[in-house]
Amino acid sequence: MEANDLIFKIILLFLVFIITLLVAMYSTYAERKVAAFIQDRIGPNRAGTFGLLQPLADGVKMFMKEDIIPLHANKALFVMGPSIAMTTACLTGVIIPWGGELNIGGKIYSLQITDLNIGVLYIFAMVAIGVYGIMLGGWASNNKYALLGSVRAASQMISYELAMALAITALILKTGTLSLRDIVAQQQGWHWNIFYQPLGFLIFLVCAFAETNRAPFDMPECESELIGGYHTEYSSMRLGFYLFAEYINMFISSAVLATLYFGGYHMPFISHLGLSANTVVMLGTLFFFIKIFLLIFFFMWVRWTIPRFRYDQLMKLGWKGLLPLAFINIFITGLVMILL
Amino acid sequence: MESLTNRSKVTGNKKMSFLEWIYLPAVVKGLYITIKHLFRKKATISYPEEKREFSPVYRGLHVLKRDDAGRERCTACGLCAVACPAEAITMVAAERKPGEEHLYREEKYAKVYEINMLRCIFCGDCEEACPEEAIFLTNRLVPSEYQRNDLIYCKDILLEPLDDAKRIDVSQRQTPAVKEFKKNKLLFHNK
Repeated sequence: MEANDLIFKIILLFLVFIITLLVAMYSTYAERKVAAFIQDRIGPNRAGTFGLLQPLADGVKMFMKEDIIPLHANKALFVMGPSIAMTTACLTGVIIPWGGELNIGGKIYSLQITDLNIGVLYIFAMVAIGVYGIMLGGWASNNKYALLGSVRAASQMISYELAMALAITALILKTGTLSLRDIVAQQQGWHWNIFYQPLGFLIFLVCAFAETNRAPFDMPECESELIGGYHTEYSSMRLGFYLFAEYINMFISSAVLATLYFGGYHMPFISHLGLSANTVVMLGTLFFFIKIFLLIFFFMWVRWTIPRFRYDQLMKLGWKGLLPLAFINIFITGLVMILL
Repeated sequence: MESLTNRSKVTGNKKMSFLEWIYLPAVVKGLYITIKHLFRKKATISYPEEKREFSPVYRGLHVLKRDDAGRERCTACGLCAVACPAEAITMVAAERKPGEEHLYREEKYAKVYEINMLRCIFCGDCEEACPEEAIFLTNRLVPSEYQRNDLIYCKDILLEPLDDAKRIDVSQRQTPAVKEFKKNKLLFHNK
């Protein structure tokens, strides 16, 4: 790799990292605003105009709070928990194609940090590691609520990962590749995968809610039963990291959803406008982010609509509902592919 | 039993139909309801900037009235403190010195008059008990404070300002009917 490429990649890496954190930060604000609006309130509006400085104020508050490590907690694991959750949440951003290829001075720069040919598997790997942050944190706190929360998280993740993987399998049957860049490239124009895989998309969406521990699947942290679940014993910025990781996860899963099912950075009709290639790429990235934000909004919208599942209902939905449905989806996809 | 509104639905453990069983139509319906609320007029009143309209007889922060000449009406008789069910009022009486006639209406006045706003339940019994028309509840609000001590209000806050422009209007609470009631107060209480 040339020096130019390396510098570009490093800049891109930092940019993606910072944007991820920024989006996660303002997701907390957006969540409160959306919640307020849906409940006929106006939400935070004291810190800065429209309350735009609220995330900063929250961050400062988190840092100023006393950091408590319980006496009987396993200190090393207790400290490791939030950092694992944060790290794995950020790692997935590496393989997402944030845009097309920029042409600067005759050289091609791809707006994707790295294009793994097994990108989809990488996502699953990161999601699977992500549950360790929750499990370790919950177990190390030496608290029954935290332990229950983390046990729930682990079993929920395993149950829904199956259906998710099977939903993706049907998608891969159709695309014939595991590389995210190629999957996006196939969805030019209106050939979005959601139109070819509606059932698969539905299964994936439901599983994405479960994997990010968002309502109605926020069993691991349900406040009313487990007083916060796995982060019961956490305080100060360690708690902040856990909450933050949830929002990063939401951002990343929205990005994955947009990439896999909504045509990624492709924008229908943009090629007819006669813009220069680089402008199209930049606009594509913008469009990609608009898709992501709409999906994040959808995540929040659902959270303030649907009540939490009971645990046995959750398991029933996962194993008896989504899993057979995913199998049927694969079968239908295969059948269609053979016949056409 | 006949239902009051005809809106209640008789439910039971009946078997769900297919559409009910897959939940999605219900979910979409719920989403439609919440998105409607997103654009609805908000119920919030942003308090310090905008204030809710109060009833003319709202019972808020107290005022110690002066008479038309600007003399304090309170004679520290202590009836308000006796009437107070929350025991929020304390006072120290003092005798008027010669030369202070322009300050106090009677020979006795309250040197210290304190209302603990944390104890006060804004029932208005003090106002009712006062024979001198000296204490009234107004439609002003008691602001929140960081320190408990700051909520013990003394005369500097409670007393009506001397400045004519800053006088506090309690005429809404002093209607003829109220005055008539106050005249018969002893009778009323003795009943």
